[in-house]
Amino acid sequence: MPFLLALLAGVVFGAGLVVSGMSNPKKVLDFLDLAGMRSGTWDPSLLMVFVGALPVMFIAYRLKGAAPLTGGTFEIPADGAIDRPLVAGSAMFGIGWGLVGFCPGPAVVALALAASNLSAVVVFVAAMLTGVWLAIVLRGSWSGSKTVTVPV
Amino acid sequence: MQNFTPVAGLVGGILIGLASALYLLANGRIAGISGMLESILRPTRPGFGLAATFLIGLMLGGLATAWFAPGQLQPTLIRGSMATLIGAGLLVGFGTRMANGCTSGHGVCGLPRLSRRSIAATGIFMATAMATVFVMRHVL
Repeated sequence: MPFLLALLAGVVFGAGLVVSGMSNPKKVLDFLDLAGMRSGTWDPSLLMVFVGALPVMFIAYRLKGAAPLTGGTFEIPADGAIDRPLVAGSAMFGIGWGLVGFCPGPAVVALALAASNLSAVVVFVAAMLTGVWLAIVLRGSWSGSKTVTVPV
Repeated sequence: MQNFTPVAGLVGGILIGLASALYLLANGRIAGISGMLESILRPTRPGFGLAATFLIGLMLGGLATAWFAPGQLQPTLIRGSMATLIGAGLLVGFGTRMANGCTSGHGVCGLPRLSRRSIAATGIFMATAMATVFVMRHVL
């Protein structure tokens, strides 16, 4: 049952990315390009994705009982200090996001969709997984004594 | 704003919210895609199975939408040299794991629980992404 529900969650998430157009990097870049406000090419659709998603999650946190429906415990990272790895990592992620227009979810979905551009997607995803692996290897150098909880 | 698709964005966003809510309430976890990418690289740890299952579902959901609602599917338009694709991929993979989250984990899941770390992360990656796009499209 946990796996069936996780599969369903993934399917609905993937559908959401395609319906919203976020699986298309150009649409994301057209949002990030604020200079487009003047030229008329700005595309605030990504904002609408957050307008749709955030209230649903806001309610979900309030509906949350003592334990997940399939048992076990909630694994939600505690809020903490805004430390250097958070700032530096987010800055790096944003630069990579702005270069191509892919963040992790859309890149994975594009693996299944981008028949004509598949080679470019495969190169991006392979590099992304390499980056994730490098972070796993090097994590000790910035995490110090901080215990790393469940990956977000 | 000729390319603005507010209804599709809103509907897609609600679906993403519902999926993240389901994963939270059913499986007890944050639907952060970058964290799942880390989990599938660590197959001996708990969380591998659920993350792999979610990511397979993610691709199936995209495929199913393209199959049953082809009108919804936009072409995946990618610009960038091989070097850009590799550099960007490395930055996205490394940066999201250094920051413990991406657009989904910090954005969709972190903002509505008012996590200060997620609010900071989202503000920073939005800002550097916008600056990067400005340089790429209007300076270089």
